[in-house]
Amino acid sequence: MDMPSKVEGWKDEVYGTEIREHLYRFAEEGWSAIPEEERDAWFERFKWWGLYHQRKGQESYFMMRIGTPNGRLTPEQLRVVGEIADEYARGPVDNPEFGGAYCDWTTRQSIQLHWIQLQDVPDIFDKLEAHDLSTMQACGDSWRNIVGSPVAGRDAKEHVNAWPVIQELNETFKGNDDHANLPRKWKVAVTGDTRGSGQAEINDLGFEPATKEIDGESIKGFNVTVGGGLSRKEPRFARDIDVFVTEDEVPEVAGGLSALFRDHGDREDRFNARIKFLVDEWGPEKLRRVLQEDYVDSELRSAGEDLRDQYTYNAGRSDEIGDYVGVHEQTDGNYFVGLSVLVGRMGAEDVIELADIAEKYGSEMIGLTQRQNIIVADIAEDDVDEFLSEDLFEYYPPDPHPFLRGSIACTGTEFCSLSIVETKNRMVRYARWLKDNVELPNGIEDFHVHLSGCTASCAQPQIADISLRGMKTRKDGDPVEAFDIGLGGGLGENPQFADWVEMRVAADEVPGYIRNLLRIYDAESKDGESFREFIARHDEDDLNGLAEPEETTYEDPYMGNTKMTWYPYAEESEMDASPTPSPADD
Amino acid sequence: MPTSVHQLDDGAWLSVNDTRRINVSDLWWLARHDFCSCRMADFLAEGFVEIGVDHPNIEGRIAGQCIECGESGVTDWLTLGRVIDPERGRFLGVDPESVHVPDRRRRLASPDE
Repeated sequence: MDMPSKVEGWKDEVYGTEIREHLYRFAEEGWSAIPEEERDAWFERFKWWGLYHQRKGQESYFMMRIGTPNGRLTPEQLRVVGEIADEYARGPVDNPEFGGAYCDWTTRQSIQLHWIQLQDVPDIFDKLEAHDLSTMQACGDSWRNIVGSPVAGRDAKEHVNAWPVIQELNETFKGNDDHANLPRKWKVAVTGDTRGSGQAEINDLGFEPATKEIDGESIKGFNVTVGGGLSRKEPRFARDIDVFVTEDEVPEVAGGLSALFRDHGDREDRFNARIKFLVDEWGPEKLRRVLQEDYVDSELRSAGEDLRDQYTYNAGRSDEIGDYVGVHEQTDGNYFVGLSVLVGRMGAEDVIELADIAEKYGSEMIGLTQRQNIIVADIAEDDVDEFLSEDLFEYYPPDPHPFLRGSIACTGTEFCSLSIVETKNRMVRYARWLKDNVELPNGIEDFHVHLSGCTASCAQPQIADISLRGMKTRKDGDPVEAFDIGLGGGLGENPQFADWVEMRVAADEVPGYIRNLLRIYDAESKDGESFREFIARHDEDDLNGLAEPEETTYEDPYMGNTKMTWYPYAEESEMDASPTPSPADD
Repeated sequence: MPTSVHQLDDGAWLSVNDTRRINVSDLWWLARHDFCSCRMADFLAEGFVEIGVDHPNIEGRIAGQCIECGESGVTDWLTLGRVIDPERGRFLGVDPESVHVPDRRRRLASPDE
């Protein structure tokens, strides 16, 4: 018998904007006012308003996600986020690398705060909304934060300015009852630049820059792709559905596809619900046909010429790195500066200081990128040198070492229920060890290590030079945290998912593996060959065993089962020592 | 009171009566199984795929992989714990580190034709 999933039943009862009044009621009455037998249902619904209950051992604390369309904020908004983090995102124990309050810039250009308590939510929402920020639909089964190039409208490498398009989509589909309850998450990317920085290939719905000849005239717009995603060992690149749209036509087609997903996506099995599985089942031709017949009025055009050969973002090219880090001239003669934020985490005080610096130099725009970095735009040419001399940028450099520049990590067992291993602090330690101990081979200016705690793939592990996915293994009989290692992934002209070549490597042998692999690259690569190109000319059999994992001077304090703790860095870390639920909330 | 069981957050954990009971990321020893060719599978739980009740036991099928041989897939039904006091909804989870025997057949499955 076919049955809607339990989550669908909860969504039928209460979902969408109306969740907010319940959230406020629980905030008023306290954590214990949520009936015990309704907790799972309410936590599932709270996601729609950007609140995600933290993992076992951290009951009553929430991760809060703020969706920033296109990763864009004003300096004032950045300060507000920093102030909220400083005041409300503090847990019972500090993180040894990042302190007591911090912001995470995510791979989908959003912001995550941790240790949020229900009673503070109304005050936080007030403060966010007074500054035109929102947590609406940041999680849950609907339109998520729309991603793209944060410097749209400023970047010289631009095809069309996608910012107005993204703004219109955001205004149309956030809080829109017709699109509020989809079978599963709906991730949209609109790439207007020639870097490919929207990474539309890995989104449910992608708009990729394209040109089409219409009535003898070359028109700029987008090709439409559907059904990308990396999760659950089922990675898919978004499929080309052979549709070209102009900027003005994006909302109709996006709304049509969202409605098609709403009506035809699988609501019985959440593991089969993402639209990538519907595209698998139907094929792109049927998807296009149903879209045309039932969901859009205008006649769909066939796809235009794409610009993929120009893509530089996460493309593994030796000639250009498209990741925004560094100093770049804008189309108006000012400059934007991309700052490297290791694993995307920034202390709350640093966030506030950065907002102050940005304001001091007259910046009107801060950008969050999918590589977990941050951009300050609109610096006058005459001010660039002085701007770069600010002390803060010692920690968030515009000219980072490649091992720091290329590192991405997801949330991990610190807070996340799904993760199998510790991630962010470990990636920080990996990057620093590599920087201090591994000679950078000639020709490597950019080297991407994406570390994900599990197969959900939030750190986008399959599209990196070194792909790390959380695992376990045994070492001297004891279970230890480990990684599957993949090679050869990346986007660009010819997107490739990594081949998984070394399985279940103990976490303390991963840096040694990377060092050994880079030595081999150094010895065997051809002139001008990027690391990705070097890997690409080996077949999978050759990659297996190409380098050996090895213990080195690297020390890993998180080898044991961090998931068994209530918080991995607490002095008394055992689950029984958890101080949750927070007494303040009862 | 009726016992409520389900997996949540993409199969990250088993909930019994709205309390998180069993997480992914534990290692389970599996014996007399056909998950892989190892005599004892050293199975890493990566996601709860299906949850069922065979009163008083709570059972589940778990996606994951044997870290000895690398075989990955979904287990047959494993007993995850038992409701020891249905009136008050008390649940006693199994210890993943002990030895478990997956059961291919369900008692609730339809009888042979």
